[in-house]
Amino acid sequence: MRQAIIIGAGPAGLTAARHLAAAGLRDVLVLERNPEAGGLPRFAAHPGWGMLDFHRLWSGPRYARELVRAAAAAEIRTGHSVTALAPGGGVEVNSAAGTETLHARAVLLAAGIREMPRSARLLSGTRPWGVLSTGAFQEMVHAGGMRPFLRPVILGTELVAFSALLTARQAGIRPVAMLEAGRRITARRPGDWVARHLLGVPVRTATRLLAVEGQGRVEAVLVERDGRRERIACDGVILSGRFVPEAALARAGHLTMDPGTGGPAIDNHWRCSDPAFFAAGNVLRPVEHSGAAAAEGAAAARAMLRALEGRLPPPSAALPVVAAGGLRYVYPQRVVPGDGMVRLLARAAAAGRGWLRLSAGGVVLWQRAIHALPERRITLPLDTGLLRGAAGVTVELA
Amino acid sequence: MTRAQTGPDPAFDILIIGAGVVGCAAFRAFAMAGLRAALVERGADLLSGASKANSALLHTGFDAVPGSLEARLMRQGHAAYRALHARLGLPLLETGAIVVAWTEADLAALPGIVARAHANGVADVRLLSAPEVRQREPHLAPDLLGGVLVPGEAVIDPWSAPLAYARQGLAHGGTLLRETRVTAGRQAEDGSWQLETSAGPLRARVVVNCAGNQGDIVEAIARPSPFEIRPRKGQFVVLDKTAFALARSIILPVPNERTKGVVISRTAFGNLLVGPTAEEQQDREAATVEEAALVELLRQGRRMIPALAEEPVTATYAGLRPATQFKDYQIEALPARRWITVGGIRSTGLTGSLGIAAYLLELYGAHFAPLPPPPEPIWTPVPNLTETLPRPWQQPGRDEIICHCEMVTRAEITAALAPPLPAGDLGGLKRRTRCMMGRCQGFYCTRRVLEIAAPHLPGLVAPLDGGAG
Repeated sequence: MRQAIIIGAGPAGLTAARHLAAAGLRDVLVLERNPEAGGLPRFAAHPGWGMLDFHRLWSGPRYARELVRAAAAAEIRTGHSVTALAPGGGVEVNSAAGTETLHARAVLLAAGIREMPRSARLLSGTRPWGVLSTGAFQEMVHAGGMRPFLRPVILGTELVAFSALLTARQAGIRPVAMLEAGRRITARRPGDWVARHLLGVPVRTATRLLAVEGQGRVEAVLVERDGRRERIACDGVILSGRFVPEAALARAGHLTMDPGTGGPAIDNHWRCSDPAFFAAGNVLRPVEHSGAAAAEGAAAARAMLRALEGRLPPPSAALPVVAAGGLRYVYPQRVVPGDGMVRLLARAAAAGRGWLRLSAGGVVLWQRAIHALPERRITLPLDTGLLRGAAGVTVELA
Repeated sequence: MTRAQTGPDPAFDILIIGAGVVGCAAFRAFAMAGLRAALVERGADLLSGASKANSALLHTGFDAVPGSLEARLMRQGHAAYRALHARLGLPLLETGAIVVAWTEADLAALPGIVARAHANGVADVRLLSAPEVRQREPHLAPDLLGGVLVPGEAVIDPWSAPLAYARQGLAHGGTLLRETRVTAGRQAEDGSWQLETSAGPLRARVVVNCAGNQGDIVEAIARPSPFEIRPRKGQFVVLDKTAFALARSIILPVPNERTKGVVISRTAFGNLLVGPTAEEQQDREAATVEEAALVELLRQGRRMIPALAEEPVTATYAGLRPATQFKDYQIEALPARRWITVGGIRSTGLTGSLGIAAYLLELYGAHFAPLPPPPEPIWTPVPNLTETLPRPWQQPGRDEIICHCEMVTRAEITAALAPPLPAGDLGGLKRRTRCMMGRCQGFYCTRRVLEIAAPHLPGLVAPLDGGAG
């Protein structure tokens, strides 16, 4: 039996591996299904990576290399696919050597995130070649040196959509429009200004994509604004945003999932419903930036070390934390009373002003007036010392 | 008209128009019978029309119209598939089906369903009480009232089966011509056909029209078409593999006059399928998915299995079924025209195809020429894509995995792009390997798939320093 296995060699997993190895664990094993470690930053060529954890401004590929280098004391096995989890820290892993089940006292799920495909969005129309997620598009350009289209539309205006716009520009691709169903651009300024003035791409707000058209390849999209329909000729569609945790292993296995986050439910020690498993990074919920995922990996590593030393409180002591009206989710989904200050993280279901309120047993523990935006993280402090005798915690936006 | 008689004559003994599942099965049957057979397809690959999108079920024909040609050929097709699938490496998921009654009217219809099944020779069909249905299918909504068990209904791989048929036809010396659209034709004095195609003229002694949704247009080459294709669209939702466990049997509704209704079934690839819709349309080409219809399918699915509400959508698709004004298959030999019509194979073609093919051989022998003694069959198994049989990723020494969701190795993708029947387009590659068809739909693997496939499938991408894709 090993001390620790980490599933996923992205920012969260590699950072956890670095911290576990630095604390003296000799048999930290990182399993990565891809041929190289580093995670999604490998395919984002623009700068802006490493600020939080390395205090540098690197490109994505450089950041990925530095994460791998910093985790060198751990064993990283690429080309290893985890195919199932078993209760008590079992990890079934497949590689060219065959399939075997490994066991560890502490297993960290750090499988990261992906974008929601066209199918799961229930997008209408034909299904031609040329509809790509931002991630697939950027990987094709930066890692494959390929250009899948010349004049796509971009659906969505999150930060990642502007990142796709930069990639398109580097590849000599001229998007014909950015489409946003909302009344305003999702990403904060200066994204819209950059799109309109620097890159010359018209941003159409309050515009819904009705259907994709074309047989072999995308030929047009049908859009609607204020009841008026219009056909925009294009040869591709970039679907941005709408992230979903890559939590299939947890879903298919025995771990309790949170339908709100789409990830495994954890307590304030990053423990899943089976305390041999921990989870950190974007597998926990729709996307945070890589620095936040790495910080979670570090925090989860500290919790795993305490667990290996037998110093974590029993998981049975934890109380449920429930997201009520106005919130899509809150996590950790369980907290142990008497564990000091715990930071809860939540997202609003829609933009709006209201009272963010934390209560237990009908008693309000904390509240604050906020202006919530669905794409912005909400942080709440919870003094778990106040929870003695309570049956659970409710967080709401009223 | 054997190979020996053809000599230097470039004409085919038999030319099949349309490489859907029926055309592929016909091609296999004629080639294996020792005839010089050609399969002509306008698309870049097999299954470019109706056969690329169906519900992947191997029916028993329990609910067909008794005495109809469809009932007979479905029964024969079903038996033939069971007899040969193992030798072609094709899967068979013995799920059985349950027709579930949700209303008093449904319940009242169940004895009639059993009686019709027995009239169709499907003798093992029987009534189930509500507790029996619940015991077999614990995830069904508890307000069901009863059911009919159809043990013989099964799930197969809808793409590998026709691929296997076509490959066996090729192994027996058949000729496959893709990107070849038949546009016109005339009969020579000896009765043989001279067909005009987008790839030049072709000659054949007998022509078989298996053109599916183009069936009446192709039929007009020989005669005014006695049937009119009225495309009927079916939309489907494929749910995540985690939903597979929620239904063991195929869950069928009590059918009405127009459609069999929305079905929930496992797929051979380990997912759960909900569909189809049944929508009449004029367009023969575009099978669009529509958000409202998909939402309604999901609603109906959750009505039957409430736990589906937690399951993510993996894929959506739509197919066009070549319905006509008639309920039955439109199969006919025209001896003077040297033509065999195979039309209106609406939604049971996957099941019926092998039975239809055997029937076509009979028609050929009866009306055109005696069949020569058949050569020894050559069996050409196709790679397994389903979770019921071992897959390449499970073998020690496997090649690297390119598609992680469906565990597709590089070697499988490379093989699907190589002879004897290389994928003709990206859809064909996906159908042969399942790459890009899993829960991420290509988020993680599109680049690596295209690095392998782009040299074989031009037009998808361009190098960054080159021109347009």
